[in-house]
Amino acid sequence: MADITDPPRESFRLSQLLYDARYRSLTIQVVAAILIMLVLVELVDNTVTNLAALGKDIGFGFLWTTAGYDINQQLIPFSSQDTHARAALVGILNTLLVAFLGCILATVIGVLAGVLRLSNNWLVARIMTVYVEAMRNTPLLIWILIVFAVMTEATPQPREFREGGSASMLLWESVAISNRGVYIPRPIWGEGSGLVVAIFLASIVGIFALRRYARLRQAKTGQQLPVLWMSVGLFFVPAILAYFVMGRPVTLEYPELGGFNFTGGIQVRNSFIALWLALSLYTSAFIAEIVRAGILAVSKGQTEAAFALGIQPNRTMQLIILPQALRVIVPPLISQYLNLTKNSSLAIAVGYMDVRSTLGGITINQTGRELEGMLLLGLFYLITSLVISAMMNFYNSSVKLKER
Amino acid sequence: MKKTVFLGTLAVAGLAASIASAQSTLEQVQGAGVLRCGSNEGLAGFAAPDANGVWSGFDVSLCRAIATAVLGDPQAVEFVPLTSQTRFTALAAGEVDVLVRNSTWTFSRDTDLGLDFQGVNYYDGQGFMVSTSLGVASATELDGATVCIQTGTTTELNLADFFRVNNMSYEPVPVATNAEGQQQYLAGACDVYTTDVSGLAASRATFENASEHVILPEIVSKEPLGPVVRHGDNLWGDIVYWTLHGLIAAEEYGITSANVRELASAPTDNPEINRMLGTEGELGAMIGLSNDWLVNVIAAVGNYGEIFEQNIGENTPVGLARGLNAQWTDGGLLYAPPFR
Repeated sequence: MADITDPPRESFRLSQLLYDARYRSLTIQVVAAILIMLVLVELVDNTVTNLAALGKDIGFGFLWTTAGYDINQQLIPFSSQDTHARAALVGILNTLLVAFLGCILATVIGVLAGVLRLSNNWLVARIMTVYVEAMRNTPLLIWILIVFAVMTEATPQPREFREGGSASMLLWESVAISNRGVYIPRPIWGEGSGLVVAIFLASIVGIFALRRYARLRQAKTGQQLPVLWMSVGLFFVPAILAYFVMGRPVTLEYPELGGFNFTGGIQVRNSFIALWLALSLYTSAFIAEIVRAGILAVSKGQTEAAFALGIQPNRTMQLIILPQALRVIVPPLISQYLNLTKNSSLAIAVGYMDVRSTLGGITINQTGRELEGMLLLGLFYLITSLVISAMMNFYNSSVKLKER
Repeated sequence: MKKTVFLGTLAVAGLAASIASAQSTLEQVQGAGVLRCGSNEGLAGFAAPDANGVWSGFDVSLCRAIATAVLGDPQAVEFVPLTSQTRFTALAAGEVDVLVRNSTWTFSRDTDLGLDFQGVNYYDGQGFMVSTSLGVASATELDGATVCIQTGTTTELNLADFFRVNNMSYEPVPVATNAEGQQQYLAGACDVYTTDVSGLAASRATFENASEHVILPEIVSKEPLGPVVRHGDNLWGDIVYWTLHGLIAAEEYGITSANVRELASAPTDNPEINRMLGTEGELGAMIGLSNDWLVNVIAAVGNYGEIFEQNIGENTPVGLARGLNAQWTDGGLLYAPPFR
């Protein structure tokens, strides 16, 4: 039996860190990590030193002091005696409101424009091309200012609505479009209105149940139900019935001209409208291109095969093209939603009181806490973006190709 | 490669920052040969560029006076237009050497923001401007009005206090600049425009139909406006302070741009004038300047009264009366400490 000797063991030498491919990447990473940390330490140290040289410290106590300023659009009650933290919260809610409504409107317009750009109708397709290219290739800020200028310069002042004035209200004296905003009726929730709302919500649940039932039924028997008409009926009929049975508990408060402005009703401010429309129109152009790319990504053979089987064009789109297109559409759509949310910080251009205007504007200016304010602002946008991203990723995983 | 560039930039930025902090503001301004003056983005009479792009106005003249004191040249000023939101940050960060931009002297700005106000060049107060067609005679009738207001100002806080104390409601429309405020006000997007009375008068002077707008009688706040410097560089603060008060004292003693050269040519009977103009004593040297610094300043821009009358006085479109801004001898608040 021959002795098997171990191969001579190489002792580790320092030069291997540089010349041995096994260790080199590790060396580079460690060095890079140290350098990055040094830079970070230097940045923080530099900031603290320079702030100290200016006689400033870093602290977040200013958030709990009295804000002292007023905010026009408040989703939660706010007065000038509340704290800066609450002012920031009011701003955050305003940001989320315009971002949420903006994402919805941008998606609706974007999908329409994207599908219509593929239309066989020459004129419709060209109009959509012009729309997409015009929106996509001009800065967002310009669109915000254009919409705002139109809303303030081209609409009448509230006083024009007086007797003998040149302006009048629309829709049976219920809606007033003025240069301070659009005034719409406000619902007053009387006694028993809770039941009406509950029945309305229940009927929406019912619609989903109906659709599920119809799908199962079709899978089992092959028969289709008129789902659309039944859904519409379910949406309106129970709620309206309940409304009359309960003795019309929900009434509308109409805007009326009183003093300087309209009183009563809900004021949708011009700054909000300008920001909302401009963000939606601008982002919709990008979404239109994403939708178009998604539809084009589905091979034409799929459509032809569906037609050969005798499936109608709209069912083809609904059952065959869109489910496959969504897999391509959703990931870039997420980044458009994130863009829209972050772009909403342009609100300051038209005086919309979002978080950039309250926390990042007036609060910073009144307290002199630029660094802390900007850090908080960055943190807020980071968290919001990550949450949107997580929700959309969840949706994406439900539409993506399931490989079994 | 990218990382190297990034690190290099950081290193350069760090170096520049350390150099900047080592030098005093006076040395820095004299080294650069130009004074960087933070000014309004455009307020008629106070600070606005004319058709040729040359800045002029009441605040601008003070910048030119400081530039003359330090550099001997009233034109050696670089005007940096700042919004009400960015002005103090720009000053604290060293983007400008001095801020002369209708800024109100308050406790927290003077202490917490790390700034130093160097006297008052205009005693002001907050007022309200409305269209005469509204038929409003007093600010207490403004319940429910829509008010245009520049954000990041003391007026924003005064406004909130005024309406709260008087139990009135209002709708604030925040605007970023005076120009934007005027445009919104003229379009009728707000009923009321509020800012310092001097600012209202200056804005009204640029309106097509100035007579259709009225400034309500109520003055709801004290707004002492003055030049601001960074806290900590006391010599620079002294230069700004004494340049302003040199202009004020010059008016008190009757030194004008017309007679200053003559008065400075030989000692006069008045020792105070002699000390100011450097024919007696060494006052200029005490703040690191030449002894005839104030002579050059007054020759270049005139005394306080001349500057006032030229830019915002009663014979200009802005048309402001001296009021509180008269000399103490005339019942005003201007009171320069003795040059001794």
